[in-house]
Amino acid sequence: MMKKLIIGLFALSINVLPAMAAGPSVPLMEAGNDLTDQPSLQRGAKLFMNYCLGCHQMEYQRYERTFRDIGIPKEVGLEQLIFDGSKVGSHITNAITKDDAAKWFGAAPPDLTLIARVKSPDYIYTYLKSFYKDESRPFGVNNIVFPSVGMPHVLQELQGLPTPITEEVEEHGHTVTKVIRTETDGTGEMSVDEYDQAARDLTNFLEYVGEPSRLESEALGIKVIGFLIILFILAFMLKKEYWRDVH
Amino acid sequence: MFGKIIGWIDDRIPMTRVWNMHIAQYPAPKNFNFWYFFGSLAMLVLVNQILTGIWLTMNFVPSSEGAFASVEYIMRDVEYGWLLRYLHSTGASAFFIVVYMHMFRGMIYGSYQKPRELLWLFGMFIFLALMAEAFMGYLLPWGQMSFWGAQVIISLFGAIPVIGDDLTLWIRGDYVISGATLNRFFALHVIALPLVIVILVFLHIVALHEVGSNNPDGVEIKRKKGSVAEEDKPKFKFHEYYTDKKDIVDAIPFHPYYTVKDIVGVVGFLILFCWVVFFMPAMNGFFLEGPNFEAANPLKTPEHIFPVWYFTPFYAILRAIPDKLIGVAAMGASIVVLALLPWLDRGTVKSVRYRCGFHKWNIAGFVVTFVLLGWVGATPQTDMKTIISQICTVTYFMFFVLLFVYSKNEKTKPLPERLTK
Repeated sequence: MMKKLIIGLFALSINVLPAMAAGPSVPLMEAGNDLTDQPSLQRGAKLFMNYCLGCHQMEYQRYERTFRDIGIPKEVGLEQLIFDGSKVGSHITNAITKDDAAKWFGAAPPDLTLIARVKSPDYIYTYLKSFYKDESRPFGVNNIVFPSVGMPHVLQELQGLPTPITEEVEEHGHTVTKVIRTETDGTGEMSVDEYDQAARDLTNFLEYVGEPSRLESEALGIKVIGFLIILFILAFMLKKEYWRDVH
Repeated sequence: MFGKIIGWIDDRIPMTRVWNMHIAQYPAPKNFNFWYFFGSLAMLVLVNQILTGIWLTMNFVPSSEGAFASVEYIMRDVEYGWLLRYLHSTGASAFFIVVYMHMFRGMIYGSYQKPRELLWLFGMFIFLALMAEAFMGYLLPWGQMSFWGAQVIISLFGAIPVIGDDLTLWIRGDYVISGATLNRFFALHVIALPLVIVILVFLHIVALHEVGSNNPDGVEIKRKKGSVAEEDKPKFKFHEYYTDKKDIVDAIPFHPYYTVKDIVGVVGFLILFCWVVFFMPAMNGFFLEGPNFEAANPLKTPEHIFPVWYFTPFYAILRAIPDKLIGVAAMGASIVVLALLPWLDRGTVKSVRYRCGFHKWNIAGFVVTFVLLGWVGATPQTDMKTIISQICTVTYFMFFVLLFVYSKNEKTKPLPERLTK
């Protein structure tokens, strides 16, 4: 009861704090991912290794730790998820040097180890679902939450090439045409629901990599706070006992 | 046997005497309330910062090439490294929370008034050293906000006429924030400033024990020798150092009464603290800012640059004033004016409980001002917020001006003869 009360009071006080981050102008979709869902994390890892790692690295995260945390046996991981012959203890990197990357893409693709902490899981999920066809861009695509995005839609074979749905909106006294959502063109391997799940899995994996200790931290935290609450009661009784002489 | 060992030590170092004088037979007012937990909590957080800091130092690499990666190494590869780091980062914010509460306690109960002026000044120096410590520590993870926050703050010194540019160059050790800056900030953060803080805390406590604690009634417990009837004296034994010079009323020995009480405060604090450490160490971007999870990049300015929350009230005062030099001066003045409280407050009644109604409103207004400034300084600027910050800058300084004026001939309530419950 007491624990619930304290947690409740505390949660309440957090909620009234204004969110500090200057959010993007586009409302984000809710990722709804779950760090305890290991099959989802494993599918996310597979998507990352197949579609992202070609250009983006996770230079602070190691394969071995990743496999252990998301429940992939070392042999399976070595065989199916390490494509460049790296040792299992290596960081998740590719062979592109930063200079080459900058030359080829204009800017080096950012490292993705901490992207879920720099942005947010909801941002990543929305980003993955917000590519649309735009012939004016070098890669033929643009993104609603990341205008003038500098990368191709690498998941195009899964999602297809979405068409933009636009709307006229008033902005600073001008009427501008804005892409508000996208619609599938049906050329992808996946259905809309399947792609949503894939985006969720990849988001889940990126959130895990951003903070691999999250679940361990919460498991330990429950024990620590449980212990402290018992200690609090004992300390309170001790104080009462001593203070009888004063009152 | 045990007594013999104690005796042997006492012949060589005043162990028992110091224990009795400052702990077991130290007279403390018996009516300390909630607000009196924060002094001991500040000590607890200081110890936490020093201990976790030592262990973090074992794996941190103080170079512009290695700093960011070494923090992630601590977070991922060092056993319980994530816990050490979160204890330290949450501890930094917790330090300011408890120190702000501690200072607020001093304000409402007039703990800065005569004879505690020097005690208050030592406290203000601790606050200054703490701000420097936190600012330099924030550069060390070498994230985007570390880099650009430091860039903005150090450039403020450039507003000082004549010596400004040379001064910023001297602080940075380079023309921009660089590895040289990181190295010197590391040295100052891990040894110079902690040493200064520990020495100042020692002096703060020495000063406290010389004058004795104030209390929520603001009525002194040390009375003129011979003025207190025998039956009014407490039944406890206090050290002769205090009883030889004064008669003491309504006091209890610090140990065991306040040690057991402070343990309750410590555990209560730890419950909240650990909740943050284990479940929300980033605290919605307040304790760990999102952009700081991206390595420092001198070529890419973040969209918004904010200091961490504990500096934002002062940062808002800086931003409220269009002229940079005047802004910097106002920011400096907002801290200096706090240190001058003992002389700005000309009243003789200490506690808000017995002061005039206007004083209560003045303090309440000051709290609102401080929170509003903190909010404005932590969020992107808009025209509306600029106006709010300008109004709040005025009301911030008005608190002190008004206090100076009305405290001279203040209509106060009668003080109780003895401490109330």
